[in-house]
Amino acid sequence: MFLFLLLAVVAVAASIAMITARNSIHSALFLVVDFFCLAVLYLTLNAEFLAAVQIVVYAGAIMVLFLFVITLLNPGNEETDDRLRGQRPLAVALGLALLVEVALLLRTQAIRDRLGDFPPATSFFEQVQTRINGTPTAPIGNVQAIGIELFTTYVLPFEVVSIVLLLAVIGAVVLAKRQLR
Amino acid sequence: MTGGDIIEAVVKSLIIIVALLTAFAYMTLYERRILGRMQLRSGPNRVGPAGLLQPVADGVKLAFKQAITPRGVDKPLYLLAPAISVVTALSAFAVIPVGPTYNIFGRAIPFHLADFNVGLLFVLAMGSLGAYGIVLAGYASNNKYSLLGGLRAAAQLISYELALGLSLVGILMISGSLSLTAIVEGQARGLWYILVQPLAFVIYLISAIAETNRAPFDLVEAEQELVGGYHTEYTGLRFALFFMAEYINMVTVSALAATLFLGGWHGPFDLLSGPWWLLAKIILILTLYVVLRATLPRLRYDQLMRLGWHWLLPLALLNVVLTAIGITLLQ
Amino acid sequence: MLESYGPVLILILLSSALAALVLGLSSIMGPRGLGRGARDTYESGIIPTTSARQRFPVRFALLAMLFLVFDIEVIFFYPWAVIFRRLGLYGLIEMLLFIGLLFVGYIYAFKKGALNWE
Repeated sequence: MFLFLLLAVVAVAASIAMITARNSIHSALFLVVDFFCLAVLYLTLNAEFLAAVQIVVYAGAIMVLFLFVITLLNPGNEETDDRLRGQRPLAVALGLALLVEVALLLRTQAIRDRLGDFPPATSFFEQVQTRINGTPTAPIGNVQAIGIELFTTYVLPFEVVSIVLLLAVIGAVVLAKRQLR
Repeated sequence: MTGGDIIEAVVKSLIIIVALLTAFAYMTLYERRILGRMQLRSGPNRVGPAGLLQPVADGVKLAFKQAITPRGVDKPLYLLAPAISVVTALSAFAVIPVGPTYNIFGRAIPFHLADFNVGLLFVLAMGSLGAYGIVLAGYASNNKYSLLGGLRAAAQLISYELALGLSLVGILMISGSLSLTAIVEGQARGLWYILVQPLAFVIYLISAIAETNRAPFDLVEAEQELVGGYHTEYTGLRFALFFMAEYINMVTVSALAATLFLGGWHGPFDLLSGPWWLLAKIILILTLYVVLRATLPRLRYDQLMRLGWHWLLPLALLNVVLTAIGITLLQ
Repeated sequence: MLESYGPVLILILLSSALAALVLGLSSIMGPRGLGRGARDTYESGIIPTTSARQRFPVRFALLAMLFLVFDIEVIFFYPWAVIFRRLGLYGLIEMLLFIGLLFVGYIYAFKKGALNWE
């Protein structure tokens, strides 16, 4: 619980710093701090593989892309005047409204019933283990459990992902190709 | 964690840090001596017997250099960059098993700092975070050479990370685990994985050299053209931190190669005990690093990109397919 | 499970302490006082003009996008690889489909010259 609070505070602080930072590279780095907190939060939920992927893909790959895009747009010369000044009070009001909504939602019976068994008594990982081996004690790891689920129960979504990724490659090439010539 | 566990972890961490720093110091000497021999000169041999105190002298010299912070740098990032480089380089070693479990002071002590289910991914994650050190140094320095070096480094790292990551998939298929301890055990029971994954080993080695920015892939620094690249504006101990990170990374990728492909701390016969076998294998790969540096000219940037994307990536993919077919046929 | 990550945290903390120590030493030790031009950035002896933070070509961004896509595909290989023996022929066919589509994307980028660097 203490760990969760610590991470949550750091994550929220980093998010606020990211939005308010004037320098876009600094913003990007605060986002990395945020990703890092999320990765450790995943660890506390026993999702080791997800935590590692969070760092490798988000902190590693997506942030490099951000850095390249920032340098593409000339770092340090961002417009500094605030064009959205009139929207600030509105943003605060809407943010508070959302917070109240979430708080109210958490009080409804339907949600509370669901939260009651979170974290679940038998984790996803143990469920897969039990299904495969008949007993939850036989050694199979977190990555293996994800693999088994992904490649048996969720084969179709997995293959659809490959099509989505193919489209992403085509999209990236088409978008950048005009400028390359 | 109990108190004993914490003490054990602290002691092991200190040993890892001291060992890696020593390896860094003597790797510089070893490299210069071999380079000297290959170029028909002696290399540094004046400070202490056979030049053995040369690294100490270098360290003292760097410590007493002035720390100059150039005008216009982004000060927090400028200081953060070398720290990131060193911390990620040192941390990556955490999951590498260096020996079996020994009984010391009546306590069973496994010879690795940590062993967890996603150990291999941890090393890769630290590697991709290490890239930040270089990119940020390039950005923060307010120097054109540095920025160009930093961005080149980022592009080079991501290009070779794909081939590196893919080359390891074959091993995972055979071992069935991402835990490095399990991978070492798998090789102790059967063949060393270099014998069943020779193509993967070559791809891993080439990509690893590119990932650590060493010759012939040292375009990131390219003295003659970028005057040092991302660390142009760093002096004294701050520069030393980058230098340290680079050499520690070399040791780590060599240790990883030994662990994944060469049987880890197991040897073909029981003459030496675990850690010494691993050390011998690491030195073997580091020697290869130096010999490559002495024999190969630096690649041009388009050649570097072509090697990574046109050759290594498809070859690594082919290796995965071949391994999959092989395992299916054998079963 | 979380406990096995404790030692790693300790190593990270200790190496951060080392980095901080060295950075601290770097500003304490060494001579002080600056000569003229010592704080100029290095530009092969020429007095630096214009900001160093220039715009960079779109090629870098394209490379990063392609890397991102392929990196995600590589990540998908890992959970597949560790249970490959359990899946057998079924797993092989699944992954051949996946690799096939991945390869189509690769060929497309290749033909369009996105992987060339002139």
